Amino acid sequence: MADPLLKVTDLKIEATAYPPGEPPQDITIVEGVSFALEKGRVLGLIGESGAGKSTIGLSAMAYGRGGVRITGGQVQVNGRDILKLGTSGLRRLRGAEVTYVAQSAAAAFNPARKIMEQVTEATLAHGRASKREAETRAVALFDKLGLPDPETFGNRYPHQVSGGQLQRAMTALALCPEPELVIFDEPTTALDVTTQIDVLAAIKDAIRDTGVAALYITHDLAVVAQVSDDIMVLQNGHRVEYGATDQIINAPREDYTRALVSVRSIVHEEKQPGDDPVLQASHVTARYKGTKFDVLHDINVALDAGQTLAVVGESGSGKSTLARVITGLLPPSKGQITFAGRRLSSDLAGRSREDLRELQMIYQMADVAMNPRQTVGTIIGRPLEFYFGHRGAEKQRRVIELLDKIEMGAGYIDRYPAELSGGQKQRVCIARALAAEPRLIICDEVTSALDPLVADGILKLLLNLQKAENVAYLFITHDLATVRAIADSIAVMYQGRVVRYGTKSQVLAPPYDDYTDLLLSSVPEMKLGWLEEVIAHRKMESAGH
Amino acid sequence: MHPVLILVVQRIALGLLLLVAASVLIFAGTMILPGDVAQSILGQSATPEALANLRAELGLNEPPVTRYFNWLFGVVQGDLGTALTNGQDIATSMGRRLSNTLFLAFWAAAVAVPLAIFLGLLAVLYRDQWPDKLISGVTLASISIPEFLIGYVLMYFVAVQLGWFSTVAMINDSMTLLEKLSAIALPVAVLTLVVLAHMMRMTRAAILNVMQSAYIETAELKGLSAFKVIFRHAFPNAIAPIVNVVMINLAYLVVGVVVIEVVFVYPGMGQYLVDHVSKRDVPVVQACGLVFAAVYIGLNMVADIVSILANPRLRHPK
Repeated sequence: MADPLLKVTDLKIEATAYPPGEPPQDITIVEGVSFALEKGRVLGLIGESGAGKSTIGLSAMAYGRGGVRITGGQVQVNGRDILKLGTSGLRRLRGAEVTYVAQSAAAAFNPARKIMEQVTEATLAHGRASKREAETRAVALFDKLGLPDPETFGNRYPHQVSGGQLQRAMTALALCPEPELVIFDEPTTALDVTTQIDVLAAIKDAIRDTGVAALYITHDLAVVAQVSDDIMVLQNGHRVEYGATDQIINAPREDYTRALVSVRSIVHEEKQPGDDPVLQASHVTARYKGTKFDVLHDINVALDAGQTLAVVGESGSGKSTLARVITGLLPPSKGQITFAGRRLSSDLAGRSREDLRELQMIYQMADVAMNPRQTVGTIIGRPLEFYFGHRGAEKQRRVIELLDKIEMGAGYIDRYPAELSGGQKQRVCIARALAAEPRLIICDEVTSALDPLVADGILKLLLNLQKAENVAYLFITHDLATVRAIADSIAVMYQGRVVRYGTKSQVLAPPYDDYTDLLLSSVPEMKLGWLEEVIAHRKMESAGH
Repeated sequence: MHPVLILVVQRIALGLLLLVAASVLIFAGTMILPGDVAQSILGQSATPEALANLRAELGLNEPPVTRYFNWLFGVVQGDLGTALTNGQDIATSMGRRLSNTLFLAFWAAAVAVPLAIFLGLLAVLYRDQWPDKLISGVTLASISIPEFLIGYVLMYFVAVQLGWFSTVAMINDSMTLLEKLSAIALPVAVLTLVVLAHMMRMTRAAILNVMQSAYIETAELKGLSAFKVIFRHAFPNAIAPIVNVVMINLAYLVVGVVVIEVVFVYPGMGQYLVDHVSKRDVPVVQACGLVFAAVYIGLNMVADIVSILANPRLRHPK
């Protein structure tokens, strides 16, 4: 039997960790991972952050990020162990036989060079085609990947095209040298759902048409189910389960895989709105200083005490701007905010301390929302001092109470943010918001940076706290699964307008407006063939129009 | 109009405005100096009538604002006034000095800038290995030793012991270019050593900073050689900080070389200024100050404009 294209045997990868206040130590990132990939097949690598997916993917190019080192096992490409290749041998492998598609194409393209130059660079550097051939190939790839004006697309600079287009261009970059293996490292994670579906379809077509083999790395099982033949589930650098896509999705054998498949197990009973809202935005229109167009147009939404209003939309739809208006960071040009029966000053400086206390915020990036040089106790204790004047033992007692509420316990009181996991950091931020005993918490993409299982835990916590404290949430997110899980009412935003607004059961029931339909149908579903169904359906609809 | 053009025009306008502000400061600064010009020209034994006549002749009785605008008006027309001490036209006598200074600065820059950038690139290529450490060590040492000391040490070993170049850097119009270059070889060497470290370290830091970017990883994963990665992908994105530090050092080469000129008896602007400060020749001091300010502002303006042009987002708007 011929050798498989890629054969990884008993891979071991280590890195040097620098724990604060301790000597550096070697830690094992990946251990005992083996798999093989035949020509033209697609293997999905799935797991949460820290599972070692990207590290394993890059090992197929014998590349270690930062201080990461491959210390054991074999990585064979076409039968030869690439870990034994020297610098020039690796150079011939990288960008020629094996290529790479990075997660953030926006960062992976050099801002100072034209797209065409970057797409054809590896092909030319390895002498795999003449300049003219490479450019013809690139244009054909641009065309296949659905990029606008494929003939001239390459003349632009990366900042002149959108994120979704750049991600397709990255795929063209990887396919241009006609490699045998492409590593896709979370290629659609940074995109909006409505963009993700197109890029995903383009990547899938490109893989099928060129017959290239691929490693597809993602944390989203529903996405990988659409493109891969086989799936390997990873956890903490170890293989949990490895099998055909169909088996992993429909008949997972391991508990961890089952947890990944059935994530979002939240049951939440929708509450009906009353007639005395805690927050009401009426006819809010806003623009940023020094710009000539409104970013919010006539927004009218209301939120009852103890309920959740989810604001959904893609990036640039005005969700976060609405939060800025409500918090007073951006005074609206028209309209007003009513909060707990009183009219809020449109400007932050005009708000009373009571206004500030009752309206708290939690952010997407928990680690930058906390001072890294303060302990958890200081961080949570600050609002207690500021709003209630608690000191000493009283403050300590309240901090511990709050730590209990976020299910972390008094043991964390002297820890620093750097010593916490991503989920724990977000919990501390929640405790800090709760410490002010607010009526409303604005949650701005609070689970977007977290792994699905961790995010699930945070959402459950938020719902339990809502029941106990009767706090209202204005929940900003682009993730419809989250919305389904926790919302009582929903406002769908598009280009600065609320295009659909009502209780969850109203908003999520047909008939839909065009945008909501597009948004809802773009959310990947955990079933095989979903992508083809949606694309076929859309083609039919556009043919019908 | 192209947005970059607007930005560039704005920079130039700002530069001119800054130059006018500097001229006000220079004029005001020389005004508040103690002493009386007429007294210092005529000496202690002058009669009150003679002093009064001279003051009227020099226009010293006019209000300061009028004198400032008279002076500025003259400067704009290319008339820097006449030196009080010898009655010569300042523009003419300074012209020769300035061209000497620019000659020295040009050749020092022509050696130092490419060398600094090359060494910076080399240091990045061999980061944390011995070439990097050697380059860093030597350049740091050269910037730490006072320049006059380096000057005398070089003079002693290279000129006196080896006899390769002359100890004084006198140049005149009858010399050929090669003779001139030979004459200024030592001051150029000293100036190069002085400005090298700053530029080289900035080049290294700026490129290393860019080397953290995701697109450098992309370039490495394309299988490009280390040289290509640095030169094609890192360097174009590090131009702005490098140009800024280069321009600051070029400005230093023009306005800050007094010590070197004195050490090597080189007839440049620095000596000219120092001579006339000691003679309290106010118009010459004002003229020198204005020229130095213009050089400084001009070079930094060039740095700003290059930074703007180096930014693809500004050069190619959406």
